[in-house]
Amino acid sequence: MTWASAAADRERQKSDMEVMNAQRKKIHPYKFSLWLALAGIIMMFAGLTSAYIVKRSQPGWESFTLPKIFIYSTVVMVLSSITVQMALRAFKEREMARYRVFFAVTAILGLAFIIMQVLGFYQFQASGKKMIGLGSNPAYSFVLAIAGLHALHILGGFIALVIVFFKTLSTKKRLYDAIPVEIVATYWHFVDILWLYLVVFFSLLH
Amino acid sequence: MSNEAVIQHGAGTHEVHGDHHEGHHHHETFITKYVFSQDHKMIAKQFLITGIIWALIGGAMSVLFRIQLGYPEATLPWLEDIFGHWAKDGRITPEFYYALGTMHGTILVFFVLTAGLTGTFANLLIPFQVGARDMASPFMNMLSYWFFVLSSVIMLSSLFVQTGPASGGWTVYPPLSALGDATQGSKIGMDLWLISMAMFVVSSLLGGVNYISTILNLRTKGMTMTRMPLTVWAILFTALLGLLSFPVLLSGFILLLFDRHLGTSFYLSDIVLAGNILPNEGGSAILYQHLFWFLGHPEVYIIILPTMGLVSEVMSVNARKPVFGYMAMIASMFAIALLAFLVWAHHMFVTGMNPFLGSVFVLLTLLIAVPSAIKVFNWLTTLWRGNLHLTPAMMFCIGFVSMFISGGLTGIWLGNSTLDLHLHDTYFVIGHFHIVMGVSAFMGMFAGIYHWFPKMYGRYMNNTLGYIHFWITMVCAYVIFWPMHYEGFAGMPRRYYDYSNWESFKQFVELNKVISFAAILSFLVQILFVFNFFYSIFKGRKVTTKNPWKSNTLEWTTPINPGHGNWPGEIPEVYRWAYDYGKDGVDHIDQITPIGENESKEGH
Repeated sequence: MTWASAAADRERQKSDMEVMNAQRKKIHPYKFSLWLALAGIIMMFAGLTSAYIVKRSQPGWESFTLPKIFIYSTVVMVLSSITVQMALRAFKEREMARYRVFFAVTAILGLAFIIMQVLGFYQFQASGKKMIGLGSNPAYSFVLAIAGLHALHILGGFIALVIVFFKTLSTKKRLYDAIPVEIVATYWHFVDILWLYLVVFFSLLH
Repeated sequence: MSNEAVIQHGAGTHEVHGDHHEGHHHHETFITKYVFSQDHKMIAKQFLITGIIWALIGGAMSVLFRIQLGYPEATLPWLEDIFGHWAKDGRITPEFYYALGTMHGTILVFFVLTAGLTGTFANLLIPFQVGARDMASPFMNMLSYWFFVLSSVIMLSSLFVQTGPASGGWTVYPPLSALGDATQGSKIGMDLWLISMAMFVVSSLLGGVNYISTILNLRTKGMTMTRMPLTVWAILFTALLGLLSFPVLLSGFILLLFDRHLGTSFYLSDIVLAGNILPNEGGSAILYQHLFWFLGHPEVYIIILPTMGLVSEVMSVNARKPVFGYMAMIASMFAIALLAFLVWAHHMFVTGMNPFLGSVFVLLTLLIAVPSAIKVFNWLTTLWRGNLHLTPAMMFCIGFVSMFISGGLTGIWLGNSTLDLHLHDTYFVIGHFHIVMGVSAFMGMFAGIYHWFPKMYGRYMNNTLGYIHFWITMVCAYVIFWPMHYEGFAGMPRRYYDYSNWESFKQFVELNKVISFAAILSFLVQILFVFNFFYSIFKGRKVTTKNPWKSNTLEWTTPINPGHGNWPGEIPEVYRWAYDYGKDGVDHIDQITPIGENESKEGH
């Protein structure tokens, strides 16, 4: 690379930065992309829950109540939403130690949630409500399909949490940028609210 | 310098080790430039060439089943040489026939006209035409392409498994698709189909999120929404449709996978298979159809909307006139995108639907005729008294409008539930949708390829071959699909293997030969196009000016072979809309020219 092209490059970056700074007042493109992705996820669960509603009005539907463990997992989920918010606030105040604690706690709560969901599925199946295999009923299968898919989304969030956690720990790059943390936090709140919706949905329309 | 880097570094990351990002694109290796590229232009070319390969495979499949349909008695030993037991005694077997039809539909609808089309032109044109260095996230963009490749590899591999690929129709309705023992194609081929399509959905979501985000966030200074070329508007609506409908399809596929492998009964109930009563109870096959068509219908607009944008742009440039009714074009695309979500059940009139509910869907379906007619009117008035430059791209634009009118009119027939009772699953449907979304979309795509080829490769495609390509394609398309409407009226059902055994359809034996002949001829002329395409990449006439078509949009202000970042200097500022052709007696005024003092107030 010649010196001239490097200089031209620098110039270009500078002018690009100005354009970008003008845009900073607007929403960050990555955050915007996240909201778009959330719209997609909403459509996915809207599809599943409307299929559930249609199915429920047809013959052969068997009513159910969710095992207690799902109530506890809901509490864990809500708690994790609070901790991720506190982590974000700590990050913005550059309280890195506090940030690390709350971020790690969030990840652990997320993992605990997934484990509780899986235990819940086993309890559900053990109580005679077969979700899969011979003699299963679509009502129970729906619980597994919908809540299972939700748990996969928590797993995705967990992986994102871990990646961002280690990125912000890195000493090579000092990251002052709150955007990745904000994106993970927003996603985490979203899957939390999604689960609250699903729990209410399963309790009201069972 | 990639956009991503600008955004990330600009947003507050400080490199401890100095300006390491300076040299990003100067250290490109073969791998980062041609394989795992994050440059939107290279990704567009990758999508296009992958799409062309798929189109050849999918098109060759239609040739094979047209041989069977046109010449059901013929025995062609070379078929057995190539396909072995799939073409025993030189005749395509029924299983192979169904697999060919299924894969032809899947490949053309999803791999060519969704990924190949939108992937190419969204990637090529969005950053160019809104004035951005690259996509909002070049990395996600790259992932989108490689998920498409993964999906392609899986789908391709399903062609080579022993029991063959999926064969229950491109819509993969259960129970055929849910029960592994139902047919040959319901076995591993069906699983590969589902996994491949799941990857495909991921690919199109990654792409779509990026397209929308780039259009809404990375427009250059002065590029207001109503100054954007119609191509970008069309892609925006396409991406929104995909984002909101593909996840629902994925939901449907997940439940189908549960039914296949976990013994659930979402879609299955009261089935007797080979004399055995299956234990599945309480499921509903119709449920799948609702989930499928909630995507399936928007999908046809996902296919046609981008080509509408391409045609509007190319037509305006080559008519040397502003596109007629710019705002009406946007409004009608918005109306089409909205209605797309409200008409899915018109594919299901014969599933025992409540007739009252059916009539609601009839009304909503027929409403789509209004924005479609507005668009057609605007294209015709754009052509009206224009100074037409009949380049191959322009020919394909006019062909597109012709096809869209013909196919659109038969849509009004099919949208009526009373007529649909008779026409459902006949050749009338085949004729209708091939003209309106198959051939039309290809015409629009060809228009785009001929028009933007100089921007992609810095060379022109051969015009003579282009005209031959156009005329033979145009004539063959009508010869193939027009007669199918008559066959459909006579009640000839789709998907049958051999019609010559049916007294009622014997009258069509000769007609089917004509259709098959035209189909084979049109396939050969597409090979000519592919030859022209690849030959021109290396040997085509070189482009010597930045703006060969004298167009107003921003991509023609970049160098002939733009590097990563598109503009060597600053991103230009935009002062006007993209359609100032023939304004105040000036041939064209590009978007980066400020409004003159004595300029009239028309346009933007």
